[in-house]
Amino acid sequence: MSKQIQVSGLDAYYGSHKAIEDVSMTIEPRSITAFIGPSGCGKSTFLRTLNRMHEVIPGARVEGKVLLDGEDLYGPGVEPVSVRRQIGMVFQRPNPFPTMSIYENVAAGLRLNGRVSKSELDGIVEESLKGANLWNEVKDRLSKPGAGLSGGQQQRLCIARAIAVRPQVLLMDEPCSALDPISTLAIEDLMAKLKNDYTIVIVTHNMQQAARVSDRTAFFNLAAQGQPGKVVEMDETSRMFTNPSNKATEDYITGRFG
Amino acid sequence: MTLQQEAVRSTAIQRISTGRRIKDHLVRGLVYLAFALAVVPLVSVLWLVISNGMARFDLEFLTHSMRGIGARDAGGGAYHAIIGTLEQVLLASLISVPIGLFTAIYLVEYGSGGRLSRAISFFVDVMTGVPSVVAGLFVLAFWILVLGMPYSGWAGAMALSVLMMPTVVRSAEEMLRLVPNDLREASYALGVPKWRTIVKVVLPTAFTGIVTGVMLAIARVAGETAPLLLTVFFTDSINNNPFSGPQMGLPLYVFDQAGRPNDTAIDRAWTGALTLILIVMLLNLAARLIAWWRAPAKGR
Repeated sequence: MSKQIQVSGLDAYYGSHKAIEDVSMTIEPRSITAFIGPSGCGKSTFLRTLNRMHEVIPGARVEGKVLLDGEDLYGPGVEPVSVRRQIGMVFQRPNPFPTMSIYENVAAGLRLNGRVSKSELDGIVEESLKGANLWNEVKDRLSKPGAGLSGGQQQRLCIARAIAVRPQVLLMDEPCSALDPISTLAIEDLMAKLKNDYTIVIVTHNMQQAARVSDRTAFFNLAAQGQPGKVVEMDETSRMFTNPSNKATEDYITGRFG
Repeated sequence: MTLQQEAVRSTAIQRISTGRRIKDHLVRGLVYLAFALAVVPLVSVLWLVISNGMARFDLEFLTHSMRGIGARDAGGGAYHAIIGTLEQVLLASLISVPIGLFTAIYLVEYGSGGRLSRAISFFVDVMTGVPSVVAGLFVLAFWILVLGMPYSGWAGAMALSVLMMPTVVRSAEEMLRLVPNDLREASYALGVPKWRTIVKVVLPTAFTGIVTGVMLAIARVAGETAPLLLTVFFTDSINNNPFSGPQMGLPLYVFDQAGRPNDTAIDRAWTGALTLILIVMLLNLAARLIAWWRAPAKGR
């Protein structure tokens, strides 16, 4: 149930400021693609254009094409809401809904989108929590508020919430940057498991993490402050980290950057 | 040499100097004093109302109107005024809470600083400053004199709703702005449409604060006398229908009774004031209960 993403000639703007320019890439299904690069180079912006979350910000717009298995997400008449049902997202900071219990948080996507029977919902919640490696920790307190969990548990709850709506693609915007190493490990294990079913795209500042989890890596950079970000290089992760073809990539991943 | 000693001394752990100690005590004293000064009028008002109002705070007062009570008679009650106040405040809330809430939602979720939302903000600010008498005059002029409608509880409710609306808009707007954007984005990312995000995520998160704001607005208008004076007229009889004929309100009742020369009437005025305070307190208590019941972090 995972799909391929093809991006061609994509520009993203905040008002008149061009944040990323001319990005083209192919993201393969059932794999993990990592975006690395310095802060402010447009990785997160690009990630958000993939499920039309970019345009939620006032004044933000996108030019170019994003094809999900050949279907243009930015085509005329495409409903952004339906795009986001296909392409889920996990954010940098865990953001469970504070008014909802653990159960309701996981069920939120389905409940808010239409009617699902109680028994079906129970099954999906359990399956999603198991999928997010959280079931054993919370199965006895599903009715407790989601905000009462630890940071790492909250982030896995958010992943469970995202996969409960059965998306084709899962976008993760620095999902581990607010977490301790143990929770990070738990989430990385989870990603390795999820990649059997989903197309996963992850933005990370942690180069080791990109090297550990991803199959392919894209390096984003900007020419100068105020210039739009671009993809410098994209390749198999193993090749990218051992034998990058671009000097800037090599400088960045070896820590000689800037 | 001395410079070196000085340097050593200033980096070592020091005792709190006497000067700072005095300053600390002084400021602490001032803060306590300010608190006491703020509490004195509050407590004295409560004390005065309770001690004077208890004399007539009985079952007769709560269940009887003033119909057939002569100028010098003891007895009588404020049942007609209690009913009037409750109905007028309820109607005013029914008008102003939906309008105020929708306005706040527009300002926070849809307006995004455009010309219309700036204009609305401006007029809400202007409305906040409208004296209550003007609200009463407006309804009197428009509803009763121009449209030729009779004095009624409904007219009073309209005047009160003019006063309530800006308070509701402002407090609801503030509460909606406090809802973190992360939550909206989390909901959008699940493929939830914007309106459902607002109904199911944003409003429940801000619910407690909005209820508190609405209760404050109600508490404010429940004690308004001037707009009622011009719109509901006076009556000594029970009128359960706010849409027809003059009604009474507790503030009006207090105003009316306090203006009479007899001790029995003055006593009734005090008790009316006490009843009004109790009603507002009960409403606040109810709001607290609702807020506590819906509190997000319950049972952590």
